[in-house]
Amino acid sequence: MKEATKDTCISLILLAVAMSAIAGLAVIAAFIFREGLPIMFKVGVREFLFSSAWYPGEGRFGIFPMIIGSLAVTVGAMLIGGILGLGCAIVLTQFCPRRLADFLKPSIELLAGIPSVVYGFIGVVILVPLIAEYLGGPGLSVLASSVVLGVMVLPTVTSISIDAIQAVPRAYREGSIALGATQWQTTHMVILKAAWSGIIAAIILGMGRAVGETMAVIMVAGNTLDLPHSILDPVRTLTSNIALEMGYAAGDHRKALFATGVTLFVIIMALNILALMVSRRRARRVGA
Amino acid sequence: MRLSPCVTQRIAVTILWALAATTIAVLLFIVAFILTRGMPHLTLEFLTQSPRSMGREGGVLPMIVGTLWVAGLAVMIAAPVGVITAIYLTEYTREGRLTDVIRFGADCLAGIPSIIFGLFGFVFFVITLGMGFSVVSGALTLALMVLPTIIRTSEEAIRAVPRSYRDVSYGLGASRWDMVTKVVVRSALPGIGTGIVLSIGRCFSETAAVMLTAGSALRMPTSAFESTRTLALHFYILAREGISMPKAYATASVLILAILAINLCAYWVMRRFVAKVR
Repeated sequence: MKEATKDTCISLILLAVAMSAIAGLAVIAAFIFREGLPIMFKVGVREFLFSSAWYPGEGRFGIFPMIIGSLAVTVGAMLIGGILGLGCAIVLTQFCPRRLADFLKPSIELLAGIPSVVYGFIGVVILVPLIAEYLGGPGLSVLASSVVLGVMVLPTVTSISIDAIQAVPRAYREGSIALGATQWQTTHMVILKAAWSGIIAAIILGMGRAVGETMAVIMVAGNTLDLPHSILDPVRTLTSNIALEMGYAAGDHRKALFATGVTLFVIIMALNILALMVSRRRARRVGA
Repeated sequence: MRLSPCVTQRIAVTILWALAATTIAVLLFIVAFILTRGMPHLTLEFLTQSPRSMGREGGVLPMIVGTLWVAGLAVMIAAPVGVITAIYLTEYTREGRLTDVIRFGADCLAGIPSIIFGLFGFVFFVITLGMGFSVVSGALTLALMVLPTIIRTSEEAIRAVPRSYRDVSYGLGASRWDMVTKVVVRSALPGIGTGIVLSIGRCFSETAAVMLTAGSALRMPTSAFESTRTLALHFYILAREGISMPKAYATASVLILAILAINLCAYWVMRRFVAKVR
């Protein structure tokens, strides 16, 4: 075979394999939607998304409290994880001796591998009793889930923020210091401003992880079907609804769980696309 | 009142250090908490025996074997696909709409929650393809899940190979395929290895997706078509159903130690790789 033909053949084979990621995504979407959409239309999309009645036995499926639950837990998690993670990233890149930072950054990345169930477990053993004793309520609550998820996303938010801050050209910092700005003025007026879109991307990715987390949330959220009225009330999230009932669900009930998956899938894809757009804008700006 | 820059600087630095210290303290506390309670129960018998009475007694050998099966098989499937995708993206095509689409697919796949992978694996592998709750179903699902990580890390590793390597091998008359396989991939191997090792770690810590695809059988898996229970899922069940706290702590310790070792190993390989390229 001629060299050029061989090269074209190889190229085509590689292309076919390279399409597997996008094919995988398409197949996943297709199957989740095929299983979930019909029941969504059968119950009525509005009824499904905005009703609070989840009685699988009577064929009534409303996931409104779970959407609110997922939302509440995620916002809480991002407040905790975002602030702590960003603070940590700023210290490690700006105020920390080089040696210490070189040790701490990889340690934080190592911790990103701790299984989420372990975070949930620590939540049950330590956090939940503390909340029940000092703040009242059952302990299993929005607050407990937020803290557990916030801590869980810390390594992700920290390490991506560090990358974003380190991508800011050195000259910016040096220029600002040379103009007589203090280190803190330089950090918040120059560096954070330049790294902003990267940090936002880090926070959105963290949100994606928090919305999608299942087992850790099941352990600390309490999983009731009621709409939460305070952060001390128990909640059920979209993810835990699926994992809790999948084991015994059948027929329409199982399809409704897939429809819950469809809702989750749409939320996650929206977050992903948002994160991609934000980080792409940054890439273009830094490139120019 | 306007504070002077020096005062704000001092206040800001104090607050930031407090935040950073909290972060690091919390993360270290979690590891220490589990290990101090788990290590006393982590005996040789625990690692080499089968569980008795739902895990109240005995050890976790079948779960260790099951975890290795599922994670190993998943990575064996995902690694070739991921590396080939990375080769295509870096060496065989120009940046354009097609590469954007492939990268977009990989990025989105990376963001999908594990429970969705679980649901998909359940309808597709377990039911539609009739594989049942088994090691294969679990491994195929996890393979899809770690694919983006492998693509990303391999791509970065391949990009880091200096241009001159490619120029020299072309200069010596190598074809593109020879150049890629014999020069580029070989020098990017440690970087690719890091991605693969990190993926094994992710498979180890996954719970939701394996629960819906590999099942939760307690016995030792003897073939790839049998159901198994991974360590992470075993820990979840022990803790959630309150079967045995000492066993739960011990299982969590095994899991954390294994993952720390895996990540440390990946980190070490990467360090050597970076040192070599520089």
